Amino acid sequence: MSVTINVNGKPMDVEPGLTVEGLLTLLNVKREYTAVAVNREITPKATYAAVTLAEGDKVEIVRPMGGG
Amino acid sequence: MYDTNLVLGGKEFSSRLIVGTGKYSSMDVMRDAHEASGTEIITVAVRRVSLPSGESILDYIDTKRYTLLPNTAGCYSADEAIRTCYLAREAGLGEMVKLEVIGDQRTLFPDVIGLLEATRTLAREGFTVMPYTNDDPIMAKKLQDAGAACVMPLGAPIGSGLGIRNPYNIKIILESVTVPVIVDAGVGTASDAAIAMELGCDGVLMNTAIAGSRDAVSMAKAMKLAVEAGRLAYKSGRIGKKLYATASSPLEGLPDWTS
Repeated sequence: MSVTINVNGKPMDVEPGLTVEGLLTLLNVKREYTAVAVNREITPKATYAAVTLAEGDKVEIVRPMGGG
Repeated sequence: MYDTNLVLGGKEFSSRLIVGTGKYSSMDVMRDAHEASGTEIITVAVRRVSLPSGESILDYIDTKRYTLLPNTAGCYSADEAIRTCYLAREAGLGEMVKLEVIGDQRTLFPDVIGLLEATRTLAREGFTVMPYTNDDPIMAKKLQDAGAACVMPLGAPIGSGLGIRNPYNIKIILESVTVPVIVDAGVGTASDAAIAMELGCDGVLMNTAIAGSRDAVSMAKAMKLAVEAGRLAYKSGRIGKKLYATASSPLEGLPDWTS
């Protein structure tokens, strides 16, 4: 059994009960200067370990890029 | 000559040149250009992490030395821009934001209605809001009243390199607001930056003019010098313009060559 979430616009099958913290570890994303939103709402860093991802959740993981 | 610092959100900056991080040929060139420009504020975009995530642009920016200025480029509504600012703050990029609400893909001109709304909301939420706006004095005043920390009128369309297309409007904006006025967008070469500063602007923000030039590092230095030269000229008080000549050498004491 797995649930399908959407990460930065791409579908991804993950274990049920996966947290935002778990997802970032799984994807090997640096925490520094990174922000996460789940279903358009920002997830504060302090709650990464407490937020569980459910079927259909839309996750955005952003960080600074080149721009003017 | 004595000069005051540029003050934004309670922070003081001695450099009046703000530069970007987009479109450089390499990260090393970008870092060297930042150094050569003497800038203290660097803009960044906020985008999805590419997966798997590789190196970060911040590996090439000393965040102890430079203040980061996240932008909301690519946002076409107040809502998107506001959410992007919250994301930037959550990411640890600070509370100073270059607010863009774009109205049209072809011109990248601002949607000033959305811009005003987003400025009001973000200023209330404690952000230091630096809105990219039209060269419109009325809108500049409205943005100031909405809580903007400065106003950033365009000199010409983003990335166009057309220079300061309407210096008279920039002049009127300078008379219309008390917050700093920073020309954002349109600069093509050093003289454009100097013109903005000679008009009395408090700073210039640019990206493409440096990053897109053949030698970005030396262009960055040219821009530094232009901003400083323009500022000095403004502070020094230029002479008036006259249609006819006024001799620089005295008219008295000419030798007599008549026979």
